[in-house]
Amino acid sequence: MARSGNERSLRGRVAIVGIGETDYYRHGASPDPEFKLALKAILAACDDAGLDPRDIDGFASYSDDRSDASRLAAALGTRRLRAATMQWGGGGGGCCAAVANAVASIVAGLADCVVVFRSLAQGQYGRFGQAAGIDTISGEKAYLMPYGVLAPPQRFAMRVRRYMHEHGVQQEALRAIALASYHHAQANPRALIYGKLLDPTKYDASRWIAEPFHLYDCCMENDGAAALVLVPEERAREFRNKPVYLLGAAVGSGYRTGAIPHNSPLYASASFDTVAPDLYRMAEVGPSDVGVVQSYENFTGGVVMALAEHGFYKPEQANDFLKFENLIAPSGRLPLNTSGGNLAECYMHGFELVLEAVRQVRGESTNQVKRNDVAMVIGGPMVTPVSNLILGSEATL
Amino acid sequence: MSDDAHSAYLPAGLPIPVAEPDGLSAPYWDGLRQNRLMVQRCSHCQTWQFGPEWLCHRCHAFNPEWVEVEPRGRIFSWQRVWHPSHSALRQHGPYLAVLVELPHVGGVRMVGNLLGDPMQPVTIGNDVAGFFEHHPESVPSYSLLHWRKQ
Repeated sequence: MARSGNERSLRGRVAIVGIGETDYYRHGASPDPEFKLALKAILAACDDAGLDPRDIDGFASYSDDRSDASRLAAALGTRRLRAATMQWGGGGGGCCAAVANAVASIVAGLADCVVVFRSLAQGQYGRFGQAAGIDTISGEKAYLMPYGVLAPPQRFAMRVRRYMHEHGVQQEALRAIALASYHHAQANPRALIYGKLLDPTKYDASRWIAEPFHLYDCCMENDGAAALVLVPEERAREFRNKPVYLLGAAVGSGYRTGAIPHNSPLYASASFDTVAPDLYRMAEVGPSDVGVVQSYENFTGGVVMALAEHGFYKPEQANDFLKFENLIAPSGRLPLNTSGGNLAECYMHGFELVLEAVRQVRGESTNQVKRNDVAMVIGGPMVTPVSNLILGSEATL
Repeated sequence: MSDDAHSAYLPAGLPIPVAEPDGLSAPYWDGLRQNRLMVQRCSHCQTWQFGPEWLCHRCHAFNPEWVEVEPRGRIFSWQRVWHPSHSALRQHGPYLAVLVELPHVGGVRMVGNLLGDPMQPVTIGNDVAGFFEHHPESVPSYSLLHWRKQ
């Protein structure tokens, strides 16, 4: 996997040297304000790296995070601020893009020590799963909300239904994804679902949220914050942890994915049709090189589509591939969401998935996989822009 | 296609659709109030476009023309919603939302409710006809376009 000459690439140029998160809470249960959560996660990431927080010179986030870069820099007393990037739109689809933007800032020489984070207290600012306080609506949501298509479950159910129709995907494929996340959460003390078991019978008996989504196909809504620290690869060994390198990242969506309402030409899609090939090209790996995947579960159906679009199986093979035993650590065919992810660890808007990928490459996961040199994160299926990334150990450079 | 005696499919209290401050979708919402379904079609290259935009995505001519089309189509996807994601829907029970493709309008799609029994079987490909649901007492007043199986 040699580096490719003068081709523009982020491959191997930047390392993640620290990760940190707050305690994770049910929505409304955080004792701390959202901004304080952000500060706690950032300090934890710096502490993990053994890095003075005053050396941070850039911040990156997504989904209009309310913890503003300049306020963070002032609160932390960073010596100077050199990069402040916010990924446009796409909600959790920006969780890898925020990392890509930070890495690009470093590679371009704009900054040297960038924190990427997400802080979110849904209990303080309104839940994603409830539409409230809206009298009139215009734009995309005007074509949806008056018909009861209000919150993410209803906004995405018809994409998944169409995909199941086109490719013969069964409910059991969605169920296997939920079961894997819940299984992994049982070994993860950070997980909000720690100690709460899910089995096929309980899944099948659970209430519908919006068909084809049962309760357990839907992510949680939580309070917390998570952060990581990036430095140029030449500084990676100055810090106490095993460095984890970004091998590739990609952002965006295909032709007119943003055509509202529900008018994207490729409707039954997780929006990775153009983004996944970009990722593999930069990372210089293929699907068979990937040992472990964290794939954002707003809804399990989005994972079914996203994994297919990343080439792990053809859509028609989804029912065979998506079996519980294939998806679990340490040595399933493709261990998936090994922290419990959005379904069972914490809905940290996907950023907990990036931290888990770092842990896997370090060898520190509570569900450590055997093949951990190359770890993938897939952000926010079915939105636009989406994003993804691949991390690797030093051996992959 | 309109039936004043028909009560609204969903309870009152959901967000009321209005055009954007720049008026982009005003011809669509005004049309629904008059039992007319209006969709953009570029007068230069005849490309259909929905939702509306100031520009034809194919030939880049500005201000695509609004054309009245027949409100009929076929179900492209559907969902039966059980969880109330809005206080107005508490205690309401399940309802059906459908994504309808209009083959005679360049295959544009629209979201609406499928009238009738919420537990009725729904099949992708079912033919449906439009039904205008008016809310003249609402402030501001508005109209919706629903669908029923043919």
